[in-house]
Amino acid sequence: MSLIDAAHDDAQRGEHLLAVRDLRVAFPGRRGSLVAIDGVSFTVAPGEVLGLVGESGAGKSMTGQAIIGLLAPPGRIVSGEIHLRQRRIDQLSRTEMKKIRGSKIGMVFQDPLTALNPLFPIGDQIIETIRTHKNVDLAAARARAIALLQEVGLPAAEERMAAYPHQLSGGMRQRVVIALALCADPELVIADEPTTALDVSVQAQVIAVLKRACAERGTAVVLITHDMGVIAETADRIAVMYAGRIVEIGPVADTIHAPKHPYTRGLMGTIPKLDEEADTLVQIPGTMPRLGAMPDGCRFHPRCKDCFDRCRLERPELIPLQKSSVACWLWDDSETARREQAFGTAAHD
Amino acid sequence: MTKPLVEVQGVSRQFDVSKPWLNRVIEGESRRYLKAVSDVSFSIPRGGTFGLVGESGCGKSTVARLVVGLTAPSAGQVVFDGMPVGGPNWSSQRRRVQMIFQDPYASLNPRWRVAWIVAEPIRTFGLLIGDQAVRERVDELLELVGLDPRDAEKYPHEFSGGQRQRIAIARALACEPDFIVCDEPTSALDVSVQAQVLNLMRGLQYSLGLTFLLISHDLAVVKHMSDAVGVMYLGRIVETGAQQQIFENPQHPYTQMLLDSVPKLDVVPGDRSFEDVGAEVPSPIDPPPGCAFHPRCPLQFEPCKSEMPVLSDQGPTRVACHHVARRSQ
Repeated sequence: MSLIDAAHDDAQRGEHLLAVRDLRVAFPGRRGSLVAIDGVSFTVAPGEVLGLVGESGAGKSMTGQAIIGLLAPPGRIVSGEIHLRQRRIDQLSRTEMKKIRGSKIGMVFQDPLTALNPLFPIGDQIIETIRTHKNVDLAAARARAIALLQEVGLPAAEERMAAYPHQLSGGMRQRVVIALALCADPELVIADEPTTALDVSVQAQVIAVLKRACAERGTAVVLITHDMGVIAETADRIAVMYAGRIVEIGPVADTIHAPKHPYTRGLMGTIPKLDEEADTLVQIPGTMPRLGAMPDGCRFHPRCKDCFDRCRLERPELIPLQKSSVACWLWDDSETARREQAFGTAAHD
Repeated sequence: MTKPLVEVQGVSRQFDVSKPWLNRVIEGESRRYLKAVSDVSFSIPRGGTFGLVGESGCGKSTVARLVVGLTAPSAGQVVFDGMPVGGPNWSSQRRRVQMIFQDPYASLNPRWRVAWIVAEPIRTFGLLIGDQAVRERVDELLELVGLDPRDAEKYPHEFSGGQRQRIAIARALACEPDFIVCDEPTSALDVSVQAQVLNLMRGLQYSLGLTFLLISHDLAVVKHMSDAVGVMYLGRIVETGAQQQIFENPQHPYTQMLLDSVPKLDVVPGDRSFEDVGAEVPSPIDPPPGCAFHPRCPLQFEPCKSEMPVLSDQGPTRVACHHVARRSQ
């Protein structure tokens, strides 16, 4: 199957840490089920930072939730596979999944205030997590917790062990959440909009901390965000999602500077930039389709300026190019002429 | 030179955050005040856009409420077209100043049809007489903001975030205002929808000659939309000037830090360090003495801890910083 092959080719390096294959998540309802994620495949190599971007409703957070088995019911995985180091994790029981969460896969959520228990000091929460996953005594866990808090840049970490979440600022709380996610040395961290609730100056600090801590440990990161700037500065590869599907996946430099999918190209143009002067911004007409009313063929075709007949009828799968893969008929071998018309003659890969 | 349409003159606003009287007596505490806005001044020429940026808690939304008169200033005044906001004849001018809020999910009445929402200001201010005339005006306004006149019969929940913000804009335009205060108009929207709304606001500004006060935490949005910019930190404007100067030649260390910390699309990964940005915004209840930015400032020296710097002309922009002032001497 070409899809799985594409996912394989993607990582170039031998073994994948995480492989998601043809993942479909659906919400059963009275009038048939709504498919929120429809055939998503990607891999993450050990130590790699994969950015998952898209607008709200694209299914990026849900992909993250599906990986760690925290899909909100009635949503469930209807088909596809998720492998962590060759082990299939999408069919594990609740208790088995619980062992993986925290120890193998760490999680950083958007809002640090809801991710921490308001009734316990942060030190206790970190020590508890360490002792749940690692066989160490209290003193060793405490020492490790302090070391972790120092590592994520919490000033006066030893005294702050006794602090409650409400006594810390938003940026400090998010640092604590990062420490929690890393405390059992997971191989993979899923960071779902880790800086969206923070101010820009604090956002920069938190990203730096996350990036450094993961790089030092060789922890892979799936960074879910809507902020292209954050991704551009953090990720190694980017997967762009639209309406429950990946439309383009590839190395950061390629995807940002030479986007191939018309949606990615539009998205890049809509972002107001600090170092450019523009009178009007590029506009993508319309909005993302609703789950119950997905268009046939390519899901982006009603908003696409390069759309042609084939887009309305046939759904494009990811077409592997040299470094990246694009789900767009313009990149099919038989459509070279059309592609050149849309991109100018410089279009090649 | 023509007189500016809006002049904000040394406006301050403090909020009483004291404990109740009995607690104060028993615990021997005095009253406590949160200084949300201190001594803010700027002016906006007719047809211009003034952008106000800052991080959360810096008082930018309070400035918005002060300018439209939703909150009364503790000191100073806002003058709109020669008339003080909230003054004796203000009610006759009220129509000319409108506001667009951040959250289009909260700013539209969910039980009202769009036609009623947009028609309400027309009826309240008695701009048109007769149902037919009002209805025609509503259709016209909806078309102006890029919606279908048939949408008038729908309820707000039937629209997406971007479309709701368009309805909010249509309602603001219904009073035929001269001046619109936009408080984070696109913060709740996705980038592709944000671009649609920003382009719409731009187009309306040109075609209707509107004046905007744009408040946002997003530096790129402010840069895109504004002619002049003020950067706020803990209730004060620390730097203000023409858009181009602020973004290309920032003087205040806080402005420089803000611009540096915005993630950029064309940075080579690993090419820069975020680390030099220290600490976080202090509490406005208990601001640091002297320059409020000094605990985070890499350039701080003696007077910063004791003396409050005042805005003064420093080359291309007006800056409140001891370091910049000394350097230019």
